[in-house]
Formats: sequence, C-alpha cells, structure tokens
Amino acid sequence: MTAVARLNTPLSTDELKTLRSGDRVFLNGVIYSARDAAHQRLVRLLAENKPLPFDLNGQVIYYMGPSPPKPGQALGAAGPTTSYRMDAYAPELMARGLKGMIGKGARSQAVIDAIQKYRAVYFAAIGGAGALVSKRITSAEIIAYPELGAEAIRRLEVKDFPVFVANDIYGGDLYAEGVKAYTR
Amino acid sequence: MREIHVRNITEAIKELAVRANTDLGRDVLDALHKAVEMEESPIGKEILKNLIQNADIARREKIPICQDTGMAIVFVEMGQDVRIVGGSLKEAIHEGVRRGYADGYLRKSICHPITRENTGDNTPAIIHFDIVTGDRFKMILAPKGFGGENMSRATMLAPSAGIEGVKNYVIERVKIAGPNPCPPTIVGVGIGGTLERAAFLAKKALFRPLGSINPDTELAGLESKWLKEINRLGIGPQGLGGRTTSLGVHIDTAPCHIASISLAVNIQCHASRHKEAAL
Repeated sequence: MTAVARLNTPLSTDELKTLRSGDRVFLNGVIYSARDAAHQRLVRLLAENKPLPFDLNGQVIYYMGPSPPKPGQALGAAGPTTSYRMDAYAPELMARGLKGMIGKGARSQAVIDAIQKYRAVYFAAIGGAGALVSKRITSAEIIAYPELGAEAIRRLEVKDFPVFVANDIYGGDLYAEGVKAYTR
Repeated sequence: MREIHVRNITEAIKELAVRANTDLGRDVLDALHKAVEMEESPIGKEILKNLIQNADIARREKIPICQDTGMAIVFVEMGQDVRIVGGSLKEAIHEGVRRGYADGYLRKSICHPITRENTGDNTPAIIHFDIVTGDRFKMILAPKGFGGENMSRATMLAPSAGIEGVKNYVIERVKIAGPNPCPPTIVGVGIGGTLERAAFLAKKALFRPLGSINPDTELAGLESKWLKEINRLGIGPQGLGGRTTSLGVHIDTAPCHIASISLAVNIQCHASRHKEAAL
C-alpha cells in the first residue's frame, strides 16, 4: 500500500491524477450500484439516445447486488461482484462521463485502455466481505428498475467505504503488478 | 422402519440455510488466521484480516458473510430403513430453502436460464441423494456462490496425459481463474468416473473440513504438493498479489473408463459455507 486517501464523490480529474494503483482509498458521498442486467439497460438507453436514470458525470458505479436489509438496516451484505462481466459496457459509460468503478477482479485490455483515455479509475473492493462493507453504507434507495430486485440501480450513501486503486490513469494495474511481485 | 416427518426436514433445512450463510466454519477461520501469519504482501495481509473481521460481524449480527448467498446445494444421506412421511421429501427441502432465504434476509439469485426471470425464492435447490444402509438421515447444505462456480471447469483427458496432465490442468485453471473466484480459494478436484461423476466428486470434496488430511495417503501427498505449487503463482488474496492463493486442495477419485481421465475442478471462494444436520 503506497498511500491512503479519502475522496468525496463525484470525482474530479484532478483527484484522479493523484491516484496510483495500490493506493488505499476511503470513499465518501454518493455512489450507484449496478450489475449485469442494469448495465445492459443503461447501454441500450444510450444507444437509443434516451436519458439515463442518473447523471453519469463524475460518478462512481459499484458492481454490487445486495442481500435484502433486515429491519433497521440500509442494506444487507453488500460486497462487490466480479467485474469482467461489465467489461462489455464500461468503456461506453466512461465515454459518457463515468469516472469510477468499484468491483472485484481484473478488467479487459479495452477497459484498462478506456480508463486511461477517459481518465477514470477502477477500484477493487474485497469480495466476500459483504457484512463488513455493509457497515459503511449509510443509506440506499432504489432509483431505477425495482423489478430487477438485487440488480436494481441503487443510490447509495457511503462513509469511508474501503477500496484499493486497481487501475489508474497512468496505466497502472494492481492485478498484474501484485501477482508479478509474488510469483516464484 | 424409522419414520421422519417432512415438517422436520423443512425446519432443519431452513435453519441450515440461515446458519450456513452467517456463521463461517471454524476450519475456514483457522485457515484464514494461519494465512494472516504467513502472508508476505501487506495488501494481502490487510485483506485476510478484513475477511476475519467480516466473518465476526456476520456471525454476531446475523448478516450474510457475502451478498451472494448462493445456490443452495443439499447433500442428503438417507438410510434405506428410513421412511419419509407427511409429503414429498424433495418439496420439503425446497420449502426449507424457500423459508430460510426469506426469513434470513438472504439474496434470491436463482433465475430461468434463458428468460433470466428470477424464481423469487431461491428455489429450486440442487439436491444430491445418497442412499446408504441403516436408518440414519443426514443433510449438508452448502450455499454456493457463483464467483467460484463460474471459474470451475470439467474436461476429459486422454489416459496418456497421466497424473502430470491432471496436475497441469488444475494449476492452469487456478491461474486462469486469477482474482475472479475470490481467493484465497479451496480447490476441489474430481478425477475419474464420467463427466458428471467427476464434477460431483470435485464439488463434494470441497466440503471436507479444511486442514483435514486425505485418508488416501497418495492423494494426501498430491494435495499438499499441488497446494504449494498453487501458492507459488503469486495470485494472493483477492488476486492482488501474495502468497495465499488457496487454503486447500481437496481431491477425490473414482474408477474411470480405459479410454479416459474425466477431470473436474470446482473452485470455492474463501467464504466456504456449509452446515450439516442429522435427524
């Protein structure tokens, strides 16, 4: 871990310039959850030139489908899902202003290139730590596609949400670098 | 004939579904604690500590360990001298899953394979029956997350590939899976039988207690050798680099046809959840 940063959303390009793969970041503010089915719909809306359910500019999408909240909870367990399934959609969303993605697992070369081109960032959250990160989500509200259940788009407010910078605007890739450093 | 009422089966399955999803087994926790000590990567160490913390929160507050509360796999070991009364055994199991996933606030992740329409109650469960002698009745429920399942594969090798070919396939699979199945993983390997038998053996092997020694000494040797090799890949916790790529390799075998080596690799994430009950 090279540095620890606290960032507020939406993210600015100036802030993204300070981030390097391997940094520990704590996110604060609003992020949006969307996974397979929601991405399919977002990209379809873009293709049809229709407005999206939320403004993408500077925003962060979290690849996550929560378990239901118990009474008194904002959300149940809420860890990341595997990101490669969103690779087909991510460059298009970055072209339209998306600045951050949170998920788990390595991205395709096309996504890594788009992160550099559009100056965005991919954060890795800890897969399978769903109970832990749930504590850092203070509110959750479905803003689109309630019929998708766990896959609906949610507006989440997060407080010190823990992630690592996996891919930065300089082409840094923690998945490649980390494994290389420990291969024997 | 010993009689068991379906009501008791439903109740037991319901309770297993909730407990399996919120209470990580001692064997997995012990393995994670050991891994924290061994891990060289600072990020890896931090991740492992977070996973232990996560398990503590989940148990204390009865929150699922992971939001992917899985597809419910149920292994039933039923004595041939047991008689089920009061209704259908299968339906009793599905009903237990239905109630457990509703009452336990667990995610419903099961959908139609083509229309993708969610069944809404996490049924059907995958049920494997094993009929044994005597009158015992045991059920294991394992919620299987699909990060690991998506990275699992089966293949048919030629006999000429030998055990070296089997090993290469297993290690290559773990390497290709990389960060996706949420390492540190448990690697289940089924060798022999038919296509579906190999896959079944690989799955069942996952639920042997972590850290237990394979009773077959030859397989025990392979397990420790392959684990060492896997942990030299550098993938590490969450695939962000480190020593702890897997916590264990579990192998099971069955006799196979002279023309083939059936082989399956089933990968289990670190949230290796399973609980059992005997009625």
